[in-house]
Formats: sequence, structure tokens, C-alpha cells
Amino acid sequence: MEFPPNIWSYVLILPIAVGMLVTALILVWWERRLLGWWQDRKGPNRVWPWAGGFGQAIADAVKLLAKDDWVPPFGDRLFFVLAPAIVAGSMLMAYVVVPWAPRESGLIITDSNIAVLWFLAMSSLAVYGVLLAGFASNNKYALLGGLRAAAQMVTYEVFMALSLMGVVILAGSFSLLDIVEDQAELWNIGPQFVGFVIFLLAGLAETHRLPFDLPEAEHELTGGFHTEYSGMKFGLIMAAEYLGLIITSAMIVLLFFGGWLLPPALQSLVPTGLASALVGLGVFAAKIIVFINFFILLRAAIPRPRYDQLMSLGWKILLPLSLVNVLGTGAWMLWTG
Amino acid sequence: MESLFYIAAVTALASTVLVVTGKNASHALIYLIVSLLSVAVIFFLLGAPFAAALEIVVYAGAIVVLFLFVVMMLNLGKGSVARESAWLRPRMWILPCLLTIPLFLGLVYALSGESVQTAASMVGPKTVGTRLFGPYLLAVELAGILLLAALVGSYHLGRRYLSERREEV
Repeated sequence: MEFPPNIWSYVLILPIAVGMLVTALILVWWERRLLGWWQDRKGPNRVWPWAGGFGQAIADAVKLLAKDDWVPPFGDRLFFVLAPAIVAGSMLMAYVVVPWAPRESGLIITDSNIAVLWFLAMSSLAVYGVLLAGFASNNKYALLGGLRAAAQMVTYEVFMALSLMGVVILAGSFSLLDIVEDQAELWNIGPQFVGFVIFLLAGLAETHRLPFDLPEAEHELTGGFHTEYSGMKFGLIMAAEYLGLIITSAMIVLLFFGGWLLPPALQSLVPTGLASALVGLGVFAAKIIVFINFFILLRAAIPRPRYDQLMSLGWKILLPLSLVNVLGTGAWMLWTG
Repeated sequence: MESLFYIAAVTALASTVLVVTGKNASHALIYLIVSLLSVAVIFFLLGAPFAAALEIVVYAGAIVVLFLFVVMMLNLGKGSVARESAWLRPRMWILPCLLTIPLFLGLVYALSGESVQTAASMVGPKTVGTRLFGPYLLAVELAGILLLAALVGSYHLGRRYLSERREEV
């Protein structure tokens, strides 16, 4: 990695940030449509019926922007304003290390030898946004939601990091480009299936999406940590949730499903040059969309566990399992040399 | 690159001063995070990206979260701010200032001597790993024993608490 990075990296930042925010906007609508379909109802289909009701997403965004931006006078004003920015900012920062297409195409902001750690660092900074949002609202529901979120995210961060170590051992590098290229012959989902399951659960808990959305469980905590938020501040928290969903899906694809690679048997068919970049980008995007839809299906299908069940699942099952996974992978690598 | 270093250094110093002088505990903790992040930037610029990432993951991402968690649970209100400002009277600064003079002199001596060696090459994760499990293996094992002791201790505390609750029920 060269420093300072070349100008191309700077050029990429804006399209990626805007692209991800627009994708988040589309996902708000897409998730509601899919949920409606799976739950045998219609979902938002009235605004722009020729586009499947996509106008609803734009109408919602305009509504949020035009809404009165209320800051509770009884809370901590500084933290209240800062919190949504921290959540969304740290989630966006995580995209810096995502390689969107093969190495030759240069579709990556920075290829760092600490890319995996960077992702973990940014997701651990996102905790602050949620914690401060709950704390600054000076509201019992929000505080309980913030405390739950902090405990849940700090807990699941541990297994998230440990579940990735198997992949890092196999590739011998923290760089996501190296990790994907290492999967040319066999995707990590085979040898690292345990790691994948743990990462999937930890990713769900880390983005606090259903079924692990206990920090904002509606029937117990009203809106949880964002109870007091309205207008575009709420919109930013919402966008951050979808940004987290996309980055988690992207990391699953990169770490366990070969990133932009086609299945090993088909990979030799990919042409070289510009076409390989386009094919890579398309394959990567398609895999991400599959996982986003999978996460939405989980939300539609699985009920929420109790909070203590979530915590004991983490500490009593996932932690030992991920340690055994690291140990087993290390032993295997030593054995085969 | 040098200007980035100075920006990070000034941010680190200013936010650390605000940690010490702040009267609101939760605000002080946020300044502490800013300070840790700017130290991470300095590590990065010195060619130690692995140390920088760990600084964010471990210190900013885990330890200060727990501090903030406790501060939130205690729900310190205006009373604690008033108490804190009563503690932070000017004469409270005299002894700490006297105590830091030797440190300051040491720093001046160190900086005025031979040119300070800064890492010219990148120290990647692999280098850190081979060093930790090579020449510094003893330190790693000592840290491991310390963590094991902490684990056993916290397990013991949690267990006693649970058995008492079971008796109450």
C-alpha cells in the first residue's frame, strides 16, 4: 500500500459513498416489498406502480427531509446531534477497504494489509453512535435500548473477529484482495463453514437487524435507542442500518464466497481486460444481493429471541465454537505445511 | 504527510487536555475516544498500521465502550458535574504539575539528544506476529496468565451472585 494513495482512490470515494446511500434508499423500499410478498400482503406498491411502487422510497425520503427536526430539550444536545452522524459515518468508512472487482481493475479505494481489521474497527466505532443516541435522548426506553445495543454489539464483535481469523489463517493475509484471490480454487465456505455461520450470526447482531434487533424491539422498548429521533436524523440512523446490511453481505461474500470470482469451474471463461472488471463487479453485486435478500428472509421468517438467550448463545456456544475453529484451522495449516 | 502528523498530534493533545479538565464524565470519555483515534492516526503515519487498527479496535472500540456503558448505567446528572467542578479548583493543579516536571525534563532531554529513530519501513501484521511469538513470547504468556486470572476471578464473582439469587428465589 502506497501512501499517500494515488488520485484514483480519491476519485472513487464520491461514487461509492453516493452509490451506497442510494442503494440504502432502494433497500428501504425493496425490503418492505419483499416482506409484503413473503407475508402474503401487498407492501408499498401505489406510488409509481409502473416501477413496482419505488416512488414510495423517494416520497419517504422527502418526508423525512421536510419534517420538523426536533431535538429534545431535556437531553444532551451535542450527543443527540452527533450520534446519527457517528453511526452513518463509521458504516460508510468501512467501505474504504471493499474491493469491488479484480485487482487489475483498481476498483478499490485502498488495498490495505489491515483491511479486515479496519472493517472490525469501524463496526466497533458504530457502537458509539447507538450508545450515545440512547444516552442523549434522556428517555428510559432509549437508554435501555442503548445499553442493550452496546452489550450486544461488544459481545458479538468478539466472535465476529474470531470467526474471521480462520479465513485470515488460510489466506495468510489481512488484505481482502489477497483473501479473495486465495479462494480461486476453493471458496472458503467449504473449509470455513463454522466460521461462516458464526460470522453470519455476529453480522446480524452487529447490525441489530431482526431477529436480533433487541436494542429497538418495538413491543418492549417503543423505538429503542432511536425513540426520540425524528426527521432526517432518524433517516440517517435508518440509512446506517441498511449500510450495515450491505457491508455485512459484502464481507460475507468477500470472505466466504469468493468475492468477484465465479465458481472455480467457470472462472476460466471470464475474458481479460475491461470485461473482467465488469464481469467481476456484476458477479460481486449479484452475490451481495442474494445475501441481502437472505437477511430480509430471516427477518420475515424467524421470531426474536429473548435478550438473555441472545447473550448466552453468544458466550456459551459461539465463543467456544469460534476458538475451536481457529485452533482447528491453525492445526490444519501446520499439518499440511 | 508531515502536516497530517501535526494535525493528529494537536488533536490528540487538545482532546487529552479536555479529558482531564472536562466536568461532564460522558463528554470527557468522548474526548478520550478522539484522543485515541488521533494517536491511531499517528501510529499509522509512523508506518505501523497494525498497531493503529488495534488501537481503534481494542481501546476505542472495546475498553472505552465499557467505561461509557458504566457511566450511562450510573446516570450521572447535574449533581456530579457540580461535584466535579468543585474538585477542579486551581490549587488542585499544583501537585500534578510538580509531579510532571521530571517527566517533562526527561522528554526534553530525550528529544535534544540523538535524533529520534522513527520507523522508516512499514511494520505489517506478520512482522508483529512473528516478533510477539518469537523474542517476546514470555510477555505474551505473562499477559495470557493475567487474562486467565481475570477470567477466573470474574467467573467466580458471577457465580456467587447467581447462587445467592437462586437461594432468594
